[in-house]
Amino acid sequence: MNRFLWPLLGFIALVVLLAVGLKLDPREVPSPLVGKPAPAFNLPVLSTPAKTFGPKDMEGKVWLLNVWSSWCVSCRQEHPVLVEFSKRASIPLVGLNYKEVRGDGEVDMTKIAPEDEKKLAIQRADQWLNQHGNPYTLSVLDLDGRVGIDYGVYGVPETYVIDKAGTIRMKHIGPITPDVLGGKILPLIGELSK
Amino acid sequence: MKRLILALCLALTAHFARAGDAAPLAADPVAEKRLMKLSEELRCLVCQNQNIADSHAELADDLRREIRAMIKDGKTDKEIIDFMVARYGDFVLYNPPFKATTVLLWVGPLALMLIGLVALGRYLKQRNQLVTDDAPLSAEEAKRAEALLNETKNS
Repeated sequence: MNRFLWPLLGFIALVVLLAVGLKLDPREVPSPLVGKPAPAFNLPVLSTPAKTFGPKDMEGKVWLLNVWSSWCVSCRQEHPVLVEFSKRASIPLVGLNYKEVRGDGEVDMTKIAPEDEKKLAIQRADQWLNQHGNPYTLSVLDLDGRVGIDYGVYGVPETYVIDKAGTIRMKHIGPITPDVLGGKILPLIGELSK
Repeated sequence: MKRLILALCLALTAHFARAGDAAPLAADPVAEKRLMKLSEELRCLVCQNQNIADSHAELADDLRREIRAMIKDGKTDKEIIDFMVARYGDFVLYNPPFKATTVLLWVGPLALMLIGLVALGRYLKQRNQLVTDDAPLSAEEAKRAEALLNETKNS
């Protein structure tokens, strides 16, 4: 009996280890930014490009920063959730439009003049929001993805919950599902808004 | 023959045209070498089993551009690595530091090997004991063994 006990225990331990490993999503890399101040930026606002917006403008408010793009397929998946959220929630949802033009693999950047990129980005982003609904309080344009790098963005969509002091409290990678929204984001917002 | 020369010339011009694309490399070989070395140590987060030097993902492109700019600004290797870790975490490093969260990563394989060695040692010791503990055959057993051996010989 004892002869089989140890190998059996070892086998069970291995199975548990592999089962846990299978459930982990290697794309969910823990962000070192959680608990740190939201990196500053100053980017043109999509609806009024002459104006700029930065995290400083949100001081004293709990808000969400959602990284999106019209070429991002998973963004389309989470979009209805965001639209629904914006109808009910009382906190601002800011969109960070990430590399709208140059991030699109189908656009040949050599054929686009540098000064035209912004115009084209605005046109594309506006069209997408008109088509799918605009849940955002406002969106800002990160044409070259430089701000995205500061936020450690490596796969759109990504969403950050930022508290009144301007500290990132949570980062969600990938599309927001109703489960994630109801189970994690909304409770956190409720707690931070107190 | 003429045709061949023409083809060769064409091939050569094509080669020169390609060489033009790699201009930044020729411009500052020292910086490019540092860029290569640094980007080989950094993991691309989009295609996670590649480093930034090998990856063709767009983010890797952006990060190489970022590293290039930092080298130009005179940042040290450590500053550049810290810049990446601050944004993407220890996960970007192919050679992660030894700390509380990475203890299992560094010590785990060694611990597993030690457990294996101990288990093997115990097993071998046990087996040795089984062999040496074997008492010599009793008279009856010897007789039976003899009979069995004879049986096979006769058949």
